Amino acid sequence: MSLLPTLAEKTRSFLSANSRILLWIPTLLFLFSFFFFPLFKILTLTFNLNTLTDLDNLLVARDSLLFTFYQAALSTLLTFALGLPAAILFSKFNFRGKSLLRALTAVPFMLPTVVVAAAFNSLFSYKVAGSMLQILDLQPATFNFLLILTAHTFYNTSIVIRIVGNAISRLDPKLEASARVLGADTFHVWKDVILPILRPSLLAAALLVFMFDFTSFGVILLLGGSQFATLEVEIYIRALQLPNLNLAALLSVIQLIFTLIFSILYSRTINQVSTQTTPRFSQARPPKSIRERVFVFTLYALLITFFALPLVSLPVRSLTRLEPDRGQRAEVQYGFTTDYYQELFINRRGSLFYVPPVQAALNSLGFAGITVILSLALGYPAAYALAKPTRLEKFLDPFLMLPLGASAVMMGLGFILSFGRLIASPFFIPIAHTLIALPFVIRTLQPALASIPERLRQAASTLGASPLRVWQTVDFPILSRATLSAATFAFTVSLGEFGATLLITRPEYPTIPIAISRFLSQPGGLNYGQAMAMATVLMLLTTLSILLIEKLRFNNAGEL
Amino acid sequence: MRKILLLVVFCFLLVACAPAEPATLTVMTHDSFSISEDVVTAFEQANNVDVVFLASGDTGTMLNKAILAKDAPLADMMFGVDNTFLSRALEEDIFDAYQSPALSDVPAEFVLDSSFRALPVDYGDVCINYDKKYFAENNLAVPTSFEDLAKPEYNGLLVVENPATSSPGLAFMIATRAYFGDGFLEYWQSLKDNGVMVVDSWETAYYTNFSASSGQGPRPMVVSYASSPAAEVFFAAEPLTEAPTASIVAPGMCFRQIEFVGILKNGQNRDLAEKFMDFMLGKQFQEDMPLNMFVYPVNQSAQLPEVFTQHAQVASQPAAITYEDIAANRDAWTEAWTEVMK
Repeated sequence: MSLLPTLAEKTRSFLSANSRILLWIPTLLFLFSFFFFPLFKILTLTFNLNTLTDLDNLLVARDSLLFTFYQAALSTLLTFALGLPAAILFSKFNFRGKSLLRALTAVPFMLPTVVVAAAFNSLFSYKVAGSMLQILDLQPATFNFLLILTAHTFYNTSIVIRIVGNAISRLDPKLEASARVLGADTFHVWKDVILPILRPSLLAAALLVFMFDFTSFGVILLLGGSQFATLEVEIYIRALQLPNLNLAALLSVIQLIFTLIFSILYSRTINQVSTQTTPRFSQARPPKSIRERVFVFTLYALLITFFALPLVSLPVRSLTRLEPDRGQRAEVQYGFTTDYYQELFINRRGSLFYVPPVQAALNSLGFAGITVILSLALGYPAAYALAKPTRLEKFLDPFLMLPLGASAVMMGLGFILSFGRLIASPFFIPIAHTLIALPFVIRTLQPALASIPERLRQAASTLGASPLRVWQTVDFPILSRATLSAATFAFTVSLGEFGATLLITRPEYPTIPIAISRFLSQPGGLNYGQAMAMATVLMLLTTLSILLIEKLRFNNAGEL
Repeated sequence: MRKILLLVVFCFLLVACAPAEPATLTVMTHDSFSISEDVVTAFEQANNVDVVFLASGDTGTMLNKAILAKDAPLADMMFGVDNTFLSRALEEDIFDAYQSPALSDVPAEFVLDSSFRALPVDYGDVCINYDKKYFAENNLAVPTSFEDLAKPEYNGLLVVENPATSSPGLAFMIATRAYFGDGFLEYWQSLKDNGVMVVDSWETAYYTNFSASSGQGPRPMVVSYASSPAAEVFFAAEPLTEAPTASIVAPGMCFRQIEFVGILKNGQNRDLAEKFMDFMLGKQFQEDMPLNMFVYPVNQSAQLPEVFTQHAQVASQPAAITYEDIAANRDAWTEAWTEVMK
């Protein structure tokens, strides 16, 4: 045995013994200070076992839990019904307008709920919806429930496309070819070969979608109303509106317990599956057979209708004037106008709270950038440790997902108790965004890291490469795709101001979603128009960012 | 000229004497708070202070944050608690008393707390707004009483906010309670049977469901503010001579919301907080508020902007109900209402 492999061996064993703990330190430190500590603070103050002896409380808890499960399960099913075929479409086929369509499906995820509601609203006027109700003989409540399910699908399909699509395009085509040579038909190829390999990513996607639907808040409040009380909505009402912090704490604990259960189930399953596949060039190709063409065309049309139409209606509305020129009796005139955009740049009332649009965009982008850096920096070491799990990882794994299941309202209150006046610092905004983005980032990086063939690393080490060099030459090329996916997730979570920022206050540095909600808080055509214009800016910004990332991804794939 | 010169000299003196770093006064507000930059700057320069406004969510959220942090307050003072939440703020004892001299210009009816822990700043009436065009085109009479709203000709025309999640929603429910007494629940049952729509926020009610807003919703009546028609004119995309909406200000049908400011206990800048309180009640601030927040000044010497005198209405007889009554029963009413409307 030569000296080199021994050294490399030693480095490896040193790394595996000590750096495991080291790898965990940044992530755990972050989670303890900004998640577990605030959570502990608020729960020790408000959680009380006596709450359990009150029958009314238990009934509220039972009802909201049941409804939460029911709507989340239905929403997840619908999301997969659309998301799975779409994931296959994007990973298997090339067609014109592919990257734009792909970017479009990811845009809703970033849009604030108010904007999505406005988009749906400007598309089908409620008068149309009203006559639909009569034809279908639906109750308004049923209609609202359908709206919630549709909005959840609209929001979350991109998660399925991203996670599952990523896994499909990583598949080794030789596997399918060998199975076919051995006589398997399409059904068996999928059942025995492809699906088992896809299982971790399918589960990861299902889990994330379910979690988002499970803790859904804005969508439910805006589109359904609080008669559809999910746990999260009920927590908000009990914590802030009809003060009963004990009940809010009980509901938060229930929500956390269920999140933990899902996470444990998930990490158990994913640990049973570990597949190493070599990275491939993109295998996407134009559709050939008639069946493939029909598949591509139908799905294309479906996705355009579902995603592009509501999104296009926003910019259209932001450029439409619909007030009568003079007097009130005249018919509503529609016309083209750029007034709303021009007005964005004018501080008419000299208001202290005027938000210059460029500044808002820069603030949004700045926070999103910091969130990407922070969540990748924290996510990488943890994902590395998780890729080769030991007992330590098996124990820690489920806790990483917990921030997704914590009520934003309670977290906000916990932040106040833990950090006091500090919460006004702009520093907390990317931290709150990172809390939500981190589970995504880890879940996206981990399967990619686990899929790196160990023999490649060993070969590199044997040839004398330092661990850094091994990472650079072996891991990084394989990881670049997953990294870009993870970065996109983090970016989008931050841009759309997901959940946790609800209760973080910030006097300076207003972002685009803040500007939109400021416009929508007062009556008047100009306010509404400016909100639509600002929403259009947000939408364009996000579409452009995603297109840019897609382009990077494509270039990288070419280098592999 | 002389005044300006004096002011400049005064400023120089201040700068010369005061420590180089201005003090910071933090004011907790709800998200709808707004004021002109030059008004705040005037105060900042006169007192060598940086005023920071901490937008803290809707009124309920803001108040609950303040209560939770009362031992180590997030701010020095808090603006925006209204008369539906006032009692909770007073019970939790989060404010220090301060009897501002500026109260001399404020009518006594607005000063609800006799021990001066919370001082009134502005008021506004929560009323039903209606789409003028819809009622004219359909030759429909505008309802003039709560009872009218339950009549078949108004079936499916009204959208209201949920009192559990929205402050105008709560105000409107309280107005019905003031009018019907305990019978208000039966009244809401009749509204429900008549197709009233309940949504969770003013934004959704007004922009998604109200037909006279730019959102062009399906319903011609919405619970909003008596000042909303003025905002429709002020923020019109094209100049308007007449507001597209109007308010129903029939006796008892509006609820008068009064917003208060208070100095938070355990705060750090008592002197500055008192000065800013005087300033908020003063003419400059009071005259600036209407166009920023579409509320009325409590200071009687403050002039209203023209768009208010022309297009906004004031309820001559708002709902008669004491804030103590609201305090004692608000949560129970909301819970009962929720049961009925489920």
